[in-house]
Amino acid sequence: MTALLSIEDLKTHFFTRDGVVKAVDGVSFSLMRGQILGLVGESGSGKSVTGFSLLGLVDPPGRIVDGSIRFDGEDLVKGGEPMLRTLRGKRIAMIFQDPMMTLNPVLRIDTQMIETVLAHENVSRAEALKRARDALVMVGISSPDERMQSYPHQFSGGMRQRVAIAIAMLHKPDLIIADEPTTALDVTIQAQILAEMQKLCAETGTALIWITHDLAIVSGLADRLAVMYAGRVVEEGETARVIERPLHPYTKGLIASVPQGKTRGARLQQISGMPPSLRSLPKGCAFRPRCARADEACLEEPALEEKLHGRKARCFHPWSLDEAADARRQAPSRDGMAETAT
Amino acid sequence: MIVYILRRIGQSLFALAAMAILVFIGVFAIGNPVDILVNPEANQAEIAATTARLGLDKPLWEQFARFVGHLFQGDLGTSFVYGRPAMEIILQRLPATMELAVTALILAVVIGVPLGVYAGLKPDSIGGRSVMAGSILGFSLPNFWQGLLLILIFAVLLGWLPAGGRGETVEVLGIRVSFLTLDGLRHMILPALNLALFKMSLVIRLTRANTREVCLQEYIKFARAKGLSSTRIVLVHILKNIMIPVVTILGLELGSMIAFAVVTETVFAWPGMGKLLIDSINLLDRPVIVAYLMLTVVIIVTINLIVDLLYSALDPRVRLSQVKA
Repeated sequence: MTALLSIEDLKTHFFTRDGVVKAVDGVSFSLMRGQILGLVGESGSGKSVTGFSLLGLVDPPGRIVDGSIRFDGEDLVKGGEPMLRTLRGKRIAMIFQDPMMTLNPVLRIDTQMIETVLAHENVSRAEALKRARDALVMVGISSPDERMQSYPHQFSGGMRQRVAIAIAMLHKPDLIIADEPTTALDVTIQAQILAEMQKLCAETGTALIWITHDLAIVSGLADRLAVMYAGRVVEEGETARVIERPLHPYTKGLIASVPQGKTRGARLQQISGMPPSLRSLPKGCAFRPRCARADEACLEEPALEEKLHGRKARCFHPWSLDEAADARRQAPSRDGMAETAT
Repeated sequence: MIVYILRRIGQSLFALAAMAILVFIGVFAIGNPVDILVNPEANQAEIAATTARLGLDKPLWEQFARFVGHLFQGDLGTSFVYGRPAMEIILQRLPATMELAVTALILAVVIGVPLGVYAGLKPDSIGGRSVMAGSILGFSLPNFWQGLLLILIFAVLLGWLPAGGRGETVEVLGIRVSFLTLDGLRHMILPALNLALFKMSLVIRLTRANTREVCLQEYIKFARAKGLSSTRIVLVHILKNIMIPVVTILGLELGSMIAFAVVTETVFAWPGMGKLLIDSINLLDRPVIVAYLMLTVVIIVTINLIVDLLYSALDPRVRLSQVKA
């Protein structure tokens, strides 16, 4: 089976007055039909820009400078605006972070849904309205007829995000890019939305890219994880295995910084230092200044290579299985990370 | 909603009362109209008689009390100069000003909004920059000078359009209007354009600023992610959002255009209310000045109310909060 989406060495740079910001600088991953990929990283690691690059929605001064995005056999970077427009909302949909901001405040819900149907299909308004209503029912909005007559400000945050999901689902797309869609919501609503998305994707066979900084959320949801740092994917692999045995020191640090039941009372581990400025990245591995395992070899830029079966990492000194086991044996109380998965 | 309207009318009446007091005292202070009205060779007795006839011999508070008393009977006084009710004279001139102001407003919107949206969408293009440069000129050059230049170019040099007057008029429902005859329209183009230029610049700048702001909003990006055409995004998603501030400002400006089209009307000899006001001030025709300014307050207050109602029609969020109020 060929991949639905495969991204090769994508580079999206922003040409600002103060220099070039390499927001995305070498991102590669692929995704099968119906698969869920968690794209994880801290703020400014380029995960959102990666999502926007897929749809060609990067605004100037930013633009894709290199790499390829193949979606179902077609090259989206070469395809240009007319092709992208036929895909947007139809085959690739996007859900944004803040549901308070994504719906136009002066247009009614039905208007905003119907226009999405009509943008891609030549159907009657009545038919479009029916489709919109069905989509609202699907995401669990009660009394949809009444709700469609309302304006966004009459909805709660969770409800608005459901509407946004319903809009994304209107055309039963092949791929949905969800850019931190639960970050702005309450924890209980967050869980509901999460379960809803999982269910809908499983039912419709939609692939999902879930962009987040929250490892805890994505570990229960995604089939695969891609961890980003300073505009690059530093580790990729099956979710359970990445969480259990991270290869890249950064991934390890991320996992260690998530509070767990077992680490209760112990000091939470943090990654020392700050993420580098994307304008002036350190020479070689971008994580080098913050990494305990770095040496002279790291002054060269490591490539994203397969280190274990089906596991890629961008590191010269990955944590091998042995080393991870050693570390656990030597310092069980200090090394909360290794315990998290066991 | 009804409560809201009633409250607004209450506020308006208060504004009207305050205006009446201010205007009356102000007009009282500028000079003695009898000096202008009577024959320069008139003797003391004649002057005294005229003063008594116009009621100017009474103290200020008594004059004001009489004015208010008449006001409640719908009488704003009789013009010293024309000897007819002041309101009647003003209302006779009202249609000319109204049609000029409304035409100017339409011009300002029809030309200003598209140019502003264009400049907002392409702020760094040559076209966008030219529009902004032009709007600065429209903004900063004195209105009367713009008017003179329009006359010089279109009436004197090119000879395409008449320089002044109202042209041929037709009577519709008892009101004389120019815009229904070709000659009237020809006479109206220049003064309407002159009156519109400043507002147009205002609309362009406002529209541009709002377009740029709305363009950055997440919902525009979401609309693009839905696969909508850029035409629909601009005409529906952006335009509907920027119309709220534009309508607010234009409402306020329409009021001031009707009330103070003085400069344009003077430059183009347009026989509207503005010209009447200037003439009346020159002749110290107090009742006309007072009546005019009172009418101005009523017009502006009414337009503001209409704008507020229109605003709630445009912005659903306002609609809800007003019902609560």
